[in-house]
Amino acid sequence: MTAMKFGIVVFPGSNCDADAYEAVRLLGAGARYIWHEERSLGDTDCVILPGGFSYGDYLRAGAIARFAPVMAAVERHAGRGGLVLGICNGFQILLEAGMLPGAMRRNESLRFECRPTCLRVERTDLPFTSLCQPGQVLQVPVAHAEGNYFLGKSELQALEDAGQVVFRYVTPAGAEGPGANPNGSVNNIAGIVNAAGNVLGMMPHPERVVEPLLGGSDGRLILGSIIASWQGGARSA
Amino acid sequence: MWQAQVFVTFKRGVLDPQGEAIRGALGALGFDGVEQVRTGKYMQVRLRAADEAEVRRRVDEMCRRLLANPVIEEYRFDLAPAGEAGK
Repeated sequence: MTAMKFGIVVFPGSNCDADAYEAVRLLGAGARYIWHEERSLGDTDCVILPGGFSYGDYLRAGAIARFAPVMAAVERHAGRGGLVLGICNGFQILLEAGMLPGAMRRNESLRFECRPTCLRVERTDLPFTSLCQPGQVLQVPVAHAEGNYFLGKSELQALEDAGQVVFRYVTPAGAEGPGANPNGSVNNIAGIVNAAGNVLGMMPHPERVVEPLLGGSDGRLILGSIIASWQGGARSA
Repeated sequence: MWQAQVFVTFKRGVLDPQGEAIRGALGALGFDGVEQVRTGKYMQVRLRAADEAEVRRRVDEMCRRLLANPVIEEYRFDLAPAGEAGK
């Protein structure tokens, strides 16, 4: 069986690209880097927009990166139903590009929050979570200064009603509450998906927890879900 | 040549954690009665355009497409004729 191919976009200032590359290769998938000036994704099955500080976070995190030449190809890929995973700065870029709704504000603490968080999996019918159990709590670290997700009241309600919230910050026991949310995001939102279910943005870093040696392996469930779903026949493109 | 002074601020109702921190610091300095501080961005844009109407149209589009994020921010700008050189 040919291996699924990940394309990891590299912007000036990306710094989790190599982690993402190594993580998906560890799980048996193929991977290549895609420079931000490229206009084609080649035979990429899943695009990863990695964490980092693209363009120095100038103006707003992700605001400049969204105009990079490669983003037109990423939008076409998503429009055809191709998988896109935006992690941390990648999530911020997806918001700025309008591929996901909402915007990021500075963390409520005003600090760069770098620590493990617990995420409750709200949906398991997605290619990003198919290996998870409903309500399962994953431990995945965050590392960001602007992850305080915001969406206006009525749109937030629509997002919730449509089941587009995929991950929520919770306590280790799986409950929402004070102390579990590292940044102040509305409704404790850590990750959301588009209506079609093929574009996911999340602030926590699954690529940083794929081996017990690195402090955990729950990231394997998310990245592994993508690979398993693709192998299961979702290779539509 | 024209110069636009662009002000980008958080929409009413959007929490501004930096503004809150500054308000607290002002209180610690002994400035009483400070009820709220809202932070924002200030940008100067110098551009060429045929007339004021065109400047206004282009700067407005810049604000909508890049300088402000309409989900959480609002903007306003002032226009003035500017000299060719200098800062």
